[in-house]
Amino acid sequence: MIRNLEQLLAVKEKYNKAMKKQTSSLLLCAGTGCMANGAEQVYNALKDELAKRDVLVTVDYLLEDGCGGITTTTTGCHGFCEMGPLVRVEPTGTLYVKVKPEDAAEIVEATVNNQVVERLLYRHPNTGEVYQRESEIPFYKYQTRVALANCGEINPEDIRNYIAHDGYQGLEKALRLSPQEVVQMINDSNLRGRGGGGFPAGRKWAIAAAQESDKKYIICNGDEGDPGAFMDRSVMEGDPHRIIEAMAIAGYAIGADEGYIYVRAEYPLAVQRLRTAIKQAQEYGLLGKDIFGSGFNFELKIKEGAGAFVCGEESALIASIEGERGMPRPKPPFPAVSGLWDKPTIINNVETLANVPEIIRKGVDWFKSIGAVKSPGTKTFALTGEVANTGLIEVPMGTTMRHVVFEIGGGVRQNKKFKAVQIGGPSGGCLVEEHFDLPLDFDSLQAAGAMVGSGGLVVMDENTCIVEIARFFMNFTQNESCGKCVLCREGTRRMLEILQKIVEGRGTEEDLDLLEEIGESVQIGSLCGLGKTAPNPVLTTLKYFREEYLAHVVEKRCPAGVCQALKRITIVADLCKGCSRCARVCPVGAIEGEIKNPFVINQEKCIKCGACIESCKFNAIVEVS
Amino acid sequence: MGQMIIDGQKVEFDKETNILEVVRKARIDLPTFCYYSELSVYGACRMCIVEIEGRGIQASCHTPPEDGLVVRTNTAKLRKVRKNILELLLANHDRECTMCERSGTCKLQDLAQRYGVRQIRFGERDVKLPLDVSSPSIVRDPNKCILCGDCVRVCKEIQGIGVLDFAHRGAKMMVTPAFNKQLGEVDCVNCGQCSAVCPTGALVVKSQIDQAWDAIYDDSKTVIVQIAPAVRVAVGEAFGLPVGQSTLGQITTALKQMGVDKVFDTSFAADLTVIEETREFIQRFSEKKNIPQFTSCCPAWVKFAEQYYPEFLDNLSSCRSPQQMFGSVVKRYYAQDLGLDREQVYVISIMPCTAKKFEAGREEFFVANNPDVDLVLTTQELISMIKEAGIDFASLEPTALDMPFGFATGAGVIFGNSGGVSEAVLRNAYEIVTKEELQNVVFNDVRGHEGVRDFTADLKGTEIKVAIVNGLANARQLLEDIKSGKAHYDLVEVMACPGGCVGGAGQPISQNGTNLRKERTKGLYREDQRLQMHKSQQNPMLTSLYEQWLTEPGSEEAHQALHTEYGSRRRIDTEAIKINQPENAPVDIQVCVGTSCYLKGSVKILKTLTDMLQKDGYEEDVKLRAAFCCQQCAGGPVVIVDDKVMGNVGFEQIPEIVQLVKSKVEK
Amino acid sequence: MSRTAEVDLNVVDWLNNVIAEHGSTPSALIPVLQEVQKKHNYLPEELLTYIATALNLSPATVYGVATFYAQFSLDPKGKYIIKVCDGTACHVRGSLPIYEAIRKRVKLVDGKATTDDGLFSVETVSCLGACGLAPVITINDQVYGQVTPEAIDLIIDVLEKREGM
Repeated sequence: MIRNLEQLLAVKEKYNKAMKKQTSSLLLCAGTGCMANGAEQVYNALKDELAKRDVLVTVDYLLEDGCGGITTTTTGCHGFCEMGPLVRVEPTGTLYVKVKPEDAAEIVEATVNNQVVERLLYRHPNTGEVYQRESEIPFYKYQTRVALANCGEINPEDIRNYIAHDGYQGLEKALRLSPQEVVQMINDSNLRGRGGGGFPAGRKWAIAAAQESDKKYIICNGDEGDPGAFMDRSVMEGDPHRIIEAMAIAGYAIGADEGYIYVRAEYPLAVQRLRTAIKQAQEYGLLGKDIFGSGFNFELKIKEGAGAFVCGEESALIASIEGERGMPRPKPPFPAVSGLWDKPTIINNVETLANVPEIIRKGVDWFKSIGAVKSPGTKTFALTGEVANTGLIEVPMGTTMRHVVFEIGGGVRQNKKFKAVQIGGPSGGCLVEEHFDLPLDFDSLQAAGAMVGSGGLVVMDENTCIVEIARFFMNFTQNESCGKCVLCREGTRRMLEILQKIVEGRGTEEDLDLLEEIGESVQIGSLCGLGKTAPNPVLTTLKYFREEYLAHVVEKRCPAGVCQALKRITIVADLCKGCSRCARVCPVGAIEGEIKNPFVINQEKCIKCGACIESCKFNAIVEVS
Repeated sequence: MGQMIIDGQKVEFDKETNILEVVRKARIDLPTFCYYSELSVYGACRMCIVEIEGRGIQASCHTPPEDGLVVRTNTAKLRKVRKNILELLLANHDRECTMCERSGTCKLQDLAQRYGVRQIRFGERDVKLPLDVSSPSIVRDPNKCILCGDCVRVCKEIQGIGVLDFAHRGAKMMVTPAFNKQLGEVDCVNCGQCSAVCPTGALVVKSQIDQAWDAIYDDSKTVIVQIAPAVRVAVGEAFGLPVGQSTLGQITTALKQMGVDKVFDTSFAADLTVIEETREFIQRFSEKKNIPQFTSCCPAWVKFAEQYYPEFLDNLSSCRSPQQMFGSVVKRYYAQDLGLDREQVYVISIMPCTAKKFEAGREEFFVANNPDVDLVLTTQELISMIKEAGIDFASLEPTALDMPFGFATGAGVIFGNSGGVSEAVLRNAYEIVTKEELQNVVFNDVRGHEGVRDFTADLKGTEIKVAIVNGLANARQLLEDIKSGKAHYDLVEVMACPGGCVGGAGQPISQNGTNLRKERTKGLYREDQRLQMHKSQQNPMLTSLYEQWLTEPGSEEAHQALHTEYGSRRRIDTEAIKINQPENAPVDIQVCVGTSCYLKGSVKILKTLTDMLQKDGYEEDVKLRAAFCCQQCAGGPVVIVDDKVMGNVGFEQIPEIVQLVKSKVEK
Repeated sequence: MSRTAEVDLNVVDWLNNVIAEHGSTPSALIPVLQEVQKKHNYLPEELLTYIATALNLSPATVYGVATFYAQFSLDPKGKYIIKVCDGTACHVRGSLPIYEAIRKRVKLVDGKATTDDGLFSVETVSCLGACGLAPVITINDQVYGQVTPEAIDLIIDVLEKREGM
């Protein structure tokens, strides 16, 4: 049981001492991504290898006392998932990527001898440059990690490791302040909600703190549903104690003694890690009664989502915890006034909360020194799509898109032409070249018609069809619409219907106007944030890529060559020998011609099955868009 | 208190909880599909959006009024969004308006007209779902549902049942009974309030107009109509007459013109109910047996009690409802007076109620396969028939009702509003208890519009605690309070519909139910005043009915003709868990493993029984099932062997059950 | 006599324990359904009615919740549940061809989600949060990254062999 700062620091000391005794350790990323790539097998291979060599080795997690050799330990996600499994050697910081079990012997051998396995180092896909240390790799070098600071650095299943990284000092400090002072600090820091709209967290806290009520609740929103973002998963899996600490601080600030962590159904590892962390925090007296001898009591429960994107919306999330269909409720009243079981409730997203302990520990000025004036701090983005380096990144708010895509992301894959960035997932919009120097923060993005949203950042190259992307997002929101309000339910259904028509070559110019008209109404009139932002992907692409839409509806052509229905199969006359083979395989008799003369495809009849292309021995039949 | 500016007008607000109410107070009919002041705010139709200066566009139904707000209800943007909403709704709506029951009273149709929606630029509705005609009272057409949820909330919040709820989500969302079953298969009590709040034709009263005409056209049948109290103060609304004005005489004229043979008043039967029910009450009250006594004239309430509170069934008055007393009297006695067989007499009731259709079909009310009441029409259906017949109702001269059952006292008339039954019973009970004549017949404490009202009637020293409830959710709460000992009553009047029968779902559809109900109630009290007699016991026609046929109140004959019995009923048809299903097994055993029986160890009993049957070699002779709830929770654990229900079964009874099986098998 | 008795009685026993554990309040509904789904791979109707009675909810409400969340299924699901991630990253990198390849491999036709032998269920999910590995599929929570239509054959082969096919 930890009752005061001395005891907390003592745990830190003891742990760090134990760590120092180790000469080297091999840190293995154990995020969902690396696990999927076979991290467990690598882990076992390393363990076997270490055992063989008779160096003092521990299984699984770090030992507290006296291990002089090399250890393997499991860490949370580094964010560089595509390169996994990742193994980092401490203290040198050497990073091995795409490690296989067969590499274990070589790695151990090299580590013992202070050498490096060259072939396992990271090689930049576009420049070919090789980097030895994780910190040197551009993907990491240009990042500023606050929320993700511990992810990949600590063992998420060991509370002592978190404490050794100054964990729970924020809570200890907060409990020495008055609740009002804590609220004031968060207010002054201007920490804005990382889950989407950027509403100031301090203002929510202040409203909830001002309510008179026998019961209040803190909810951590871990229902990360954006189909391309996973920062919340990384924090919950990689640094679960940070969430616990933050929620306890929030609880103290507003006068709540109970909290819920609502985790998406698809994140079983996060649930497991959080459960472990809660148990440990209880054992250490950091949750429960009279925390740090302050008289403050706080308990946490985990609620697993059941698979509904809309539950990321706070009132829907509350409905879900209460056991109902996750349908948003009209606001006002806002949850801070009347939330879970009609009690004042604050709901903060995982990433927002992840900033809280450090703001308290390091102070408001430290936090405001990072990022943009109106949006201080950092923001994590899930960088994916056609970019050289993909993974989770954290940068100061206001970093330009150019920096993110070209410095950190390493540019477009295979040096193809950049087309657009889709930011903010199904609620966000598309940004194009003219936005390269746009600072990525809440207000600038909103002005550009996009949204930080949950932080998905998908890079698209010239081979991506923008209409198809819009259709994809609309299909997503349409599937995930709860169905409650007319505009979102019927509006997204009809917008999808029109987009479907367009990609199938049945669209008209009037359809584009109708898309805009309905899109605007859905934006204006929908009940919740999901509905209000659902048209964004369509409206922004209509704005920046109208030409491409027009090509689809007027010329019936997909410039990116993606839309199947708009493809045409033609016979290159110069190459055609007139063998009639294609005409014979065509299932609909669309190919005609005279033997030894070039054949022709009747486009009206052609069903684009491609059988003729396969049949042609002279490569004379091609698909064009 | 405060003031807002709405479309340029200054509007004061006070108790209004949202801007929508304030806007409507300013006499601007801001459209809504999902707003009802009696129900929780749902906020889904988005029609009530307004522009608030400095705050942008907000839905007014869930935004509280604030002093100094400047609100506009009609701007270019708002108009566009509203038109889009209507177009989107219509695109997904079965638009065969000309054939729709609700044509003319449909909100969607009305608003589409008002906003001039002249084209639909989207695809047609892609699925055609089957109609649900399983219920005796309501027809459900999911193809017309706009998912406003009004029915869901009225059933859950007002009636405390929740037969309907949303299922699935997004574009696949629908309103449906559990497991996509039909209304007739689930625990619907047929109150019809869902259809009363439905803005479109998705939930409508089941029309039986064709059967009515067929009977009228059939020369071999003597068609006898009874008119319920609440009907007379509602029909006029459909013909532009003042709300609440009684048009009983005009209705009689119209019915006679249509070809009906006799027109009588259900209020006469209500007087009869008062006599029987008061007698029953006084007996129970003096014996302190089965108190409180609950009224039983509302068939939705009766079914509700049978489904959820079987333990209270002995407390229900055994009196049949006025509708059924009327049918019984006509078919048993009056037919004889006319020299006819009961089959030759065709009784049609005109009721404000959809549940009466269900009640008339209950098997208790059949004699030799012939129902006491052949057909129930709602007020809505009567109005349609009058219109179909081309009758200019508003200018009709009234006609007197036929005798003998056209004569009623005011006590029988006020049955049509909440509190009326209690007041009528008190008017009778007073004279029986005190043996004095009641001078002032008005019991003001009984009257009112609240969902629950209670008071103590002082009959010269004899105190009777009375509760009056409308809305079954209120009834549920009251029953729970009685169960837990929090509340004690002697007499409880329960009506399912808000305001009582005047607010029945068979009444004309309207957007402003609360006000109409109040006006109709006033109309009934005016009728009570106007009539020369106010106490059921004064009704001379009743006296002769007793003299000729029934002997005296509570007699054996009266019991045969006017009383009934109730039985607990399962709420929903669900498969029991099959434990063992040998073919051709002669014995059927169900063991209840519902929560309450489970807690009393029913699973262990089932296991032991299984073992013992196996040991004795009867496993192929018994169909064994674990049932979920036999609704006999008080007497659990429950085992049902064929028709025999055994309660409080313990291990000691198991050999007895095996013995029973043995004897059945040997037979 | 009782081929099924033991199993079914245990289900009732088990369900009552689950309900007791989560408390007989409406907020227990989702966790209880989750446990039933986990145990049976679907939500049998008779158990839903039972849960409704136990939690004092109307069966329609329970049905409404059960059909709202993607995690729940009212039809029996296969022994192996294959989820194809159709998040943005996976979509951009070709998740739909993979979905089609799986359906073809396990011979699913006519929009069915589960194979007739009850071995495989195939569905798409919105995002598994492993975007770096796109395209991603999971089979009973085992994650497979950077999947290709060719890889599908191999993966399913292994599973079929395990089932002795």
